[in-house]
Amino acid sequence: MTVTAVEMDLEQLTMCVTTQLDAPVTRAWQLWADPRQLERWWGPPTYPATFIDHDLTQGGRCTYFMTGPEGDQPRGWWRIVAVDAPRSLEFEDGFADEDGNPNNELPVMTMRLDLTERAGGGTTMTIVTRFSSVEDMQRILDMGMEQGMTAAVNQMEGILAG
Amino acid sequence: MVVILKERPDTDEKQADLVFNALADRTRRDILRRSMGGELSVSALARSYTMSLAAVQKHVAVLDRAGLVTKRRRGREQLVRTELATVQAAQSLLDEFEAIWRARIDRFADVLNMPNEGAMP
Repeated sequence: MTVTAVEMDLEQLTMCVTTQLDAPVTRAWQLWADPRQLERWWGPPTYPATFIDHDLTQGGRCTYFMTGPEGDQPRGWWRIVAVDAPRSLEFEDGFADEDGNPNNELPVMTMRLDLTERAGGGTTMTIVTRFSSVEDMQRILDMGMEQGMTAAVNQMEGILAG
Repeated sequence: MVVILKERPDTDEKQADLVFNALADRTRRDILRRSMGGELSVSALARSYTMSLAAVQKHVAVLDRAGLVTKRRRGREQLVRTELATVQAAQSLLDEFEAIWRARIDRFADVLNMPNEGAMP
């Protein structure tokens, strides 16, 4: 397993995922900065992501859609809050309507990525997701279920159990 | 909209907020841990903390409203017991998020290990 720690902070409503990677910081950054590489891991296999716009500058926007097994294409967006390539990225992640415009009625999460060089090589990647309320957490999860993430999760749990 | 929100009664969402607000306090989490093994009286609980009995009673009331504990009277004593089902339901919500991210990071590692075909300078 590459994920070494997942910490949930109930006071702050944040989730922090810490991962140790063998690759250098610049290589790990490419998986965020290059949309073609990003879309290979952002969505689950049943709902692969396609990025349309991808502008990792402060105030920049990314838009993407995911394609489901029934041909359904839920859309999402990022708004870049802060960026310090190749070390950190902070952005809002939300849902969009069919034209790719942000849907303000649906929850928005804030994500913060940090890539730090490890002594002796490799990278520590931390991703902190901040929710604005428990209700939002629940709604995001419900939508994730609609997008077939459960299948991917169950698959993974099967592997872990075996 | 492509994405359909699962219908969830409003009361459920309010309940979830009560549960997580109740859990977002170190003392209340400690009360839950102590009352997991069986019933404890509020006065016995209060002896474990430096705060007043009234303050502990307040914490227990918050846990009670969230459905995280049940209270029962025995004579002059107020007995508290942790409702494991509610604790587990809250835990499973957090577990689902954790599982989604673990799967995502696994894919990230897979892409990282693929030969980089010069997509980026």
